[in-house]
Amino acid sequence: MDKVLEAKGINKHFLKPKDFHVLKDISFAIKRGEFASIMGKSGSGKSTLLYILSTMDTEYTGELYLNDTLVSGRLASELSRIRNEHIGFVFQFHYLLSEFSVLENVMLPAKKLARKSHQEIEHDAMQKLKMLGIGSLALQKASRISGGEKQRVAIARALINNPIILMGDEPTGNLDSYNSDNVFNIFKQLKEEEGLSLLVVTHDEDFAKRTDYIIEMEDGRIIDKSVLSI
Amino acid sequence: MTNWKVILNIAKTHLLTKMKSTATASLGVTFGIGAYITMVSFMTGLNTMLDSLILNQTPHIHLYNEIEPTANQPISLYEEFGNSVHMISSIKPKQGQKKIHNALPILDYLKKKDKVKGATPQVRAQIFYLSGALDLGGTLVGVDIMEETRLSNMRDYIVEGSPEALKNTDNGILLGSGLASKLSLSVGDRVQISTVRGAIFPLKIVGIYQSGIADIDNSQSFCNLKTVQQILGEAQNYITDINVKLNVIEDAPALAQLLEKQYNVTATDINEANAQFETGSNIRNLITYAVSITLLIVAGFGIYNILNMLIYEKMKDIAILKATGFSGYDVQLIFMSQAMIIGIVGGILGLLLGFVLSVIIDGVPFETEALPTITTYPVDFSVGYYVIGIVFALLSTFVAGWLPLLKQGI
Repeated sequence: MDKVLEAKGINKHFLKPKDFHVLKDISFAIKRGEFASIMGKSGSGKSTLLYILSTMDTEYTGELYLNDTLVSGRLASELSRIRNEHIGFVFQFHYLLSEFSVLENVMLPAKKLARKSHQEIEHDAMQKLKMLGIGSLALQKASRISGGEKQRVAIARALINNPIILMGDEPTGNLDSYNSDNVFNIFKQLKEEEGLSLLVVTHDEDFAKRTDYIIEMEDGRIIDKSVLSI
Repeated sequence: MTNWKVILNIAKTHLLTKMKSTATASLGVTFGIGAYITMVSFMTGLNTMLDSLILNQTPHIHLYNEIEPTANQPISLYEEFGNSVHMISSIKPKQGQKKIHNALPILDYLKKKDKVKGATPQVRAQIFYLSGALDLGGTLVGVDIMEETRLSNMRDYIVEGSPEALKNTDNGILLGSGLASKLSLSVGDRVQISTVRGAIFPLKIVGIYQSGIADIDNSQSFCNLKTVQQILGEAQNYITDINVKLNVIEDAPALAQLLEKQYNVTATDINEANAQFETGSNIRNLITYAVSITLLIVAGFGIYNILNMLIYEKMKDIAILKATGFSGYDVQLIFMSQAMIIGIVGGILGLLLGFVLSVIIDGVPFETEALPTITTYPVDFSVGYYVIGIVFALLSTFVAGWLPLLKQGI
């Protein structure tokens, strides 16, 4: 299986308030169709790592490959293009643009990519929403739906450009167990049906145990990579 | 690649959902710019009026013959005292000939010059106005009335009668309005004048002259050039003053110097004659600009505050936009286009507001004895102020939008 995402010797320092070595020599890879989770205590550097992997943070040393192409050291404009096209991102606080409707929220990244016509994008967005079981909410204002629904909308938005990898920063952290389960099942389904790779930072041990493997972090290092299932 | 449609759509949605903030910010710009336009139009209108009140009555160059003692006293011609210090006490000027030597050739020379718009001869005479038992001292100015009306806005200051009436009446007089009321005379009446030497002439009042400057109106009247020459018993080449109007006022000092050297007369240019007046006018302009700039800066801070709030509220949205593939540049464009839309809408409304207020002020009656030609408040409708207004609106909204973005490091 080919590697979708690969990190080689990633190091990062926080310079303020004083020099702090957050990530120490991180190397690992995620293959196509793999569902990995990153676990670790607060301050172990897992969120920092995720922001580097998602190309939103560029201040690090080491090499990051996406689809076997080096993305480290690219221009900010190129990186946002890469994010737009290849990476889907889901936050803990299911951030949606509250002034826009659910459908518009989902369509936004595709409009930015501007590869398809408006009708096609709208059609795709409706399809994603229906797949996630929230097609009926399409025309609601994003601020008027429940937390679980918002997170599903956020997932639909992350999927709209058919990315090669979906990243989540505690995507279930703010949800009750019913909705957590729901989100997990969606992820699982995406992996199995669409061959999507997933990388999720989580605190939730039950959630992590059901993924393909857990990358466990402590003090900025990967201490264990345990394959749990398959 | 910039996808304007998406960016403007986001900007539009942000602005429309935050209608209150948008309206407040736009109104901030509107009132700032509106106040600026009104203020500057009104102030410059007044300034121009006050300037022209003086300037139109002052020639650009005034030629006359100054009465002064000769620099070369007879003793300096005496060679034996050549190396001595000359001490002469109580020098007096020779009994004055007030006329300009060679006045007619000078006039001809001036009228042919390209820079000169026109030159008018004048004869000034000290006289007394007699009416019943009353005699008032004053000045009678003999003028070429048609030429004067062409070169200055004298016609505006003739409140009764007309310049043509003076031209057609040999012994006509345009009486100063102050004099007319003191002597209780009006158009059609006769007034007697007496020269310093005692000769008495009757003149017919064909018009009333009111310059707005009390000192002049209380003492000065106008007659035809010839009439005054006759009253004084002088020849036709007796001319005491020549007033010159130039096409470009800035040429005045240079030409005045030239004329002084060439014709041995005293030539005062307008800057020299009105140094104090210039100072006053400069200070008024300074105040106008200080107030306008203050208004614009206050408006600018208001805009900055509101846009700062707008962007601070949207920090979360900015994170989402960036995560979903919008670059920092895109985010900047989104917020800058919001700022610019506020600037454009607010600015244009401000120009309209300023214009409407100016029109209203322009229509307010303003009548004063001192200014016979003015019936409403003067307002300067120069397009330049509107251009400055809209440019400032755009500039300040740009800076006010840019600074918060810079602060948040986007």
